[in-house]
Amino acid sequence: MLKLILRRLLQMLLIMAVASLLLFAIFDTPEFKKRLAVQELGGFAVSALTEESYNAWLAEKGLDVPFHTRYLNWVGDILQGDMGFSYEKNRPVGPLLLDRLANTGILAFFVFALMIPLSLVLGILAGMKEGSVQDRTISFLSVFTTSIPEIATAILLTVVLSLGLGWLPAKAAMINGFSFRELLLPVLTLVIYDFGYVARMTRASMAEVMTSQYIRTAVLKGLPYRRVVMKHALRNALIAPFTLIVLQLNWLLSGVVVVEVFFEYDGFGKLLLEAALFPDVEVVQACTLVAVAVAVLSQIISDIGYTFLNPRIRFA
Amino acid sequence: MAVTEIEAGPSALERLSHPRALIALGLLMWLPLMSYVMGGSALGPAADYILLPAIPATLLLYVLGVRAFRESRVAVIGLTLVFFWLLAAVAAPYLPLLDPNKPIAPFVTPLSEKRDVFFWLGTDFKGRDMLSRMIWGCQRVIVWGVSATFVAYVVGALFGLISGYLSGWWDEIISFVANVLLSFPVMVLFIVILNYLGPSGFNIVVAVTFASAPAIMRIVRGLTLDIKTRDYVFAAQTRGEHPLYIMIVELLPNVRGPIIVDACLRLGYTTVAITTLTFLGLGLQPPDPDWGLMIRESAKTAMLWKFSYMLLVPALAVSSLILGFNLMADGLREMSLRD
Amino acid sequence: MTEQTPVLECRNLCISYYTRAGEIPAVVDFNLKLMPGEAHGIVGESGCGKSTVALAIMQYMGRNGAIVGGEILFEGRDMRTMSEEELRQIRGSKIAMVYQEPMASLNPAMTIGDQLAEVPIYHDGLSQSEALARAEEMLAKVRLPDPRRILRSYPHQISGGQQQRVVIAMALLSNPRLLLLDEPTTALDVTVEAGIVELINEISAEFGTSMIYISHNLGLILETCHRLTVMYSGEAVEVGDIEDVFDEMRHPYTRGLFGSIPLPGADKNAHPLMAIPGQLPLPHERPPGCNFGPRCSFFKGGLCDARALPMHPVPGDDDHRVRCERFAEIDWDRDLPKGEAKPPIKAGPVVLSVKDMTKHYAIETGGLLAMGGATRTVKANEKLTFSAREAETVAIVGESGCGKSTFAKVLMGLEDATDGQVLLGDTELGDLPVQKRTKDTIANLQMVFQNPFDTLNPSHTIGAQIGRVIRKFGVARSEEEVNEIVYRLLDTVKLPRDFAKRKPRQLSGGQKQRVGIARAFAGNPSVVIADEPVSALDVSVQAAVTELLMDIQRENRTTMLFISHDLSVVRYLADRIVVMYLGRIMEQGTTEEVFSPPYHPYTEALLAAVPIADTRVKKRHIVLKGEIPSPSNPPKGCPFSTRCPYMIPGTCDVELPPNRTFGQDHRILCHLQPSELEGMEPVISPRAEAAE
Repeated sequence: MLKLILRRLLQMLLIMAVASLLLFAIFDTPEFKKRLAVQELGGFAVSALTEESYNAWLAEKGLDVPFHTRYLNWVGDILQGDMGFSYEKNRPVGPLLLDRLANTGILAFFVFALMIPLSLVLGILAGMKEGSVQDRTISFLSVFTTSIPEIATAILLTVVLSLGLGWLPAKAAMINGFSFRELLLPVLTLVIYDFGYVARMTRASMAEVMTSQYIRTAVLKGLPYRRVVMKHALRNALIAPFTLIVLQLNWLLSGVVVVEVFFEYDGFGKLLLEAALFPDVEVVQACTLVAVAVAVLSQIISDIGYTFLNPRIRFA
Repeated sequence: MAVTEIEAGPSALERLSHPRALIALGLLMWLPLMSYVMGGSALGPAADYILLPAIPATLLLYVLGVRAFRESRVAVIGLTLVFFWLLAAVAAPYLPLLDPNKPIAPFVTPLSEKRDVFFWLGTDFKGRDMLSRMIWGCQRVIVWGVSATFVAYVVGALFGLISGYLSGWWDEIISFVANVLLSFPVMVLFIVILNYLGPSGFNIVVAVTFASAPAIMRIVRGLTLDIKTRDYVFAAQTRGEHPLYIMIVELLPNVRGPIIVDACLRLGYTTVAITTLTFLGLGLQPPDPDWGLMIRESAKTAMLWKFSYMLLVPALAVSSLILGFNLMADGLREMSLRD
Repeated sequence: MTEQTPVLECRNLCISYYTRAGEIPAVVDFNLKLMPGEAHGIVGESGCGKSTVALAIMQYMGRNGAIVGGEILFEGRDMRTMSEEELRQIRGSKIAMVYQEPMASLNPAMTIGDQLAEVPIYHDGLSQSEALARAEEMLAKVRLPDPRRILRSYPHQISGGQQQRVVIAMALLSNPRLLLLDEPTTALDVTVEAGIVELINEISAEFGTSMIYISHNLGLILETCHRLTVMYSGEAVEVGDIEDVFDEMRHPYTRGLFGSIPLPGADKNAHPLMAIPGQLPLPHERPPGCNFGPRCSFFKGGLCDARALPMHPVPGDDDHRVRCERFAEIDWDRDLPKGEAKPPIKAGPVVLSVKDMTKHYAIETGGLLAMGGATRTVKANEKLTFSAREAETVAIVGESGCGKSTFAKVLMGLEDATDGQVLLGDTELGDLPVQKRTKDTIANLQMVFQNPFDTLNPSHTIGAQIGRVIRKFGVARSEEEVNEIVYRLLDTVKLPRDFAKRKPRQLSGGQKQRVGIARAFAGNPSVVIADEPVSALDVSVQAAVTELLMDIQRENRTTMLFISHDLSVVRYLADRIVVMYLGRIMEQGTTEEVFSPPYHPYTEALLAAVPIADTRVKKRHIVLKGEIPSPSNPPKGCPFSTRCPYMIPGTCDVELPPNRTFGQDHRILCHLQPSELEGMEPVISPRAEAAE
């Protein structure tokens, strides 16, 4: 068990190392260096620079040393908490990113708080009686909601709940401080798009368990149906959805981009997109690195959780 | 025991994927559409006629598809949705539509008349006909979406077969690269790649390949690991067959079934990705109509109940196409489980 | 005589499944009367409806199955009128069931203790600790070692045989009136099976439980039951006391079954097996009248296919009934139509010789990043030495983990031998991977596989698959020539030529095996390895495929290595036998030598474990203790020492035994003195009263 965790951590470090190397390498081109110069000195000033003075600027910024030295410096800076500077926002990246991550964290918390119980309950209800009316209804509902992309869900919700009925604000910019009402539409959008997927997986897992031979054994042992479902089926059927839910964290980091942009919610996703369009290279790098770290970490948690929940592996 | 040992006829998947006529029809539909969208002005005057043969091919394919899928109502509904948009894509130049890029009268609400023209779906803030833009808008997303998915499949399946069949170092390396790519959240990966390459249709194909191929590779690898323990593979090995022969002739045809289902789902994801990226400004570029662009362009102006149709029309259009892909996948899975 | 209430009675029971194709009758007009303390066997091939009957008795039919007619009376009450709650109280307490796959039948996420305790908790209202105490007691009764540890274990932590004992203990916890056993030993090795059968017999003696024992194996039924129902294609075709059905069968199908299983006395030359022609009808393609009609040599049009047949009592014996219109007209004393006796074949020169062949695997035991770390050696094959001559059949016999499949892999060139020699003709194969072998060498050594569902690629036609082999081995090149040879091969394996255009899914299991044989013989091999080629087939099909394989072998004077766990089949067809256990050859010799003393103690136990469907022989009773050890962690000294009844402490568990030679080529790897080995009693002997 401990060995497995160690092994996983080592793999995570390796993946992080390769990912950061890739990330550093693709933005390490002359064009991007030039863009950096434009951002710092201004476009006009750069075009006026002679090659010599441009090189001098590069040297001053430490951009002329060999690639590997710069990479190591960069990694070293990040490990010390210095993630660079955002020229667009005119702030150091570290605190900026922390702010935005906190906002996205709030969003994610509410999404998970709603999505997990909803999808698990629906998935179990559907999988318990495969092919029944309740199964078909829930299955169709989940295909339907997952088929509507977030951008379309966001539009539909905004048009109906905000523009039409006027119940909720259309934007979540939180100009006057945090407002739960403003958060509601982004949360709903993400939940509606995502619960169907988890519910379907839960259903599949539950349905498979319900047709397994050990459930037959449990029924033919003369156990009440409630006991069969609660004690025998759920224990096995929830292993797969658990790992899946942890992995949704990775998915959520994708999903928040469009939702945050559409609702103008100042979170991680909006920051990443704005940085990419500006382009604010150091912000893009920092955001991506954090996203990969979160994704890899959730992968590890999911793996360890799976091992822990599954006695066949735990006591192998 | 109701399970019978011999199955009566070829499975639905088999019926769908086997006959060469289907492939020929598919190409007859696809190649003109692809060259129309990708070739654009390079086609010259031929552009006016090139899509004509694709129309009967599309209709015929639809009829054959419905026959193959008739056991599953869900699959037929999905197929109908998808083929509605396919037909729209190939027939758009020949339909009596207004020019999708020509401003006529701005902010005309649906089902009303302005300057002696009746607008079924109204016009956008620039005065362009929404109906026409909606119909034309499906072309690029379909062509780029399908191309991107196809390329991702070729790459993913190839590496999956190699990794699953050859094992050892090949597997270690390929799986590690896949793990690195999979550790980027998809949208983050898209943004980084498109930020690096610049927004365009071709670059979307590249980005989708990077984002989807690792997942496809994992699926194919898993299937390969399972299938390679079968005796017929063992038999081929003991005949001294080359690994390449075994991968292509013995393994590939047998991973096809599950892959087709997954491909339908993935077509849906890719469509979502393209629309979303275009909305974010990293995908397809104006002026030609596209659903994602339609949303992007009117997102600011249409934030009123009265003008919400500008957002609803493209949102519903893209949803219906994705729903079509997902229902098809669902129906196919259901059918393959029955067989 | 006072009239006892039967424990269970099925009257005119009809069960159907509903599928897309409509209603499919699974069981039709099934009758059964089970008295207290009685053990009733139900025997039949796959798809005959025997498991459906068991599940119907449990009233557990799934969503698409239903009882459409007749009644099931449990202790006089019709179970179909019971409420769900009444059924629940009967299930697991009065009627209990033991299943085919013990691993799948136990919940992987609950400890065995929890799973066992549920039964007394829900049926007898015991507290958790009382229930656990009772469970522990019951585990000891089914003779599991260290019950306390097993209570705390999860199912995957114990072996298959132990799992099945747990399932049996679970069934017995509430002292049921009726025990349903659905192929309880099919998934187990023979020597483990023998232990379970012994346990079942003790249970019926000790608890007086009535039993229904479902199996495809007539030998097992003979060892466990008093009465027997033979089922064919959804119908009971013959019912009666064991002795009546075994010795005076009155249905052509029952007779066909007995004719197609190798009983002692059957001999591939003098008394070949008689296969039942044709194959099982699909449930929705059953013929009118007698389901067996199309395969029956006594079939008479207008009579047998006129109406649904009733069961007729056999005159003079009310308890013996058959579903045959003509049983009274048939002269049952006339012997079975015998197969033609064939002249014995003379073996030629040595074709394949294996000397001290050793194969070790290194397995990772973990370590970071799959690199480095400790490795452990699995000794899959240890110093195998034997040879095979032209036209000879050498059987390699052993249970799981004995190393037979590794041996096949080395021979076929997919693994290198670690040490020793493998000579085919004068080519050394041991370290020659298949890529480096010449076309001729590869063509000379081919294989027939076990699983009919895996042996052919489902994506390609039969013709294409055989044709590929022909081209690959350079037998022929041009399209017409290849087709011609494909057709000829299909003729040889007695399949219609238009099968060349079919895909494997359109073939039955037996037909697929025939194609597999055709493929193996396409390159005129001199040695064919047959890896359990018929064990996955139905009994009535097995004989036909076995006979076919041997006919082709005889014609081409091919050497055959027949890998099998089934000693009955091996005795029937092998010229020489190699018995393996945990990677080593324990005994080898001619068939006659291996089947009579001196025995290796393992061979002796193996012979005693194989059930024989013949009332005229008696078998010595030897049940091995324990389970087969893992090949990655074999015992020190003699690999068999942990289970051997003759184990000499201090010798057998320390030192590797010597090879003792008897006669010309009969070798036994054992510490026992030659005189002790020679003094062993024969395991199988004719029963005295039957020998008169």
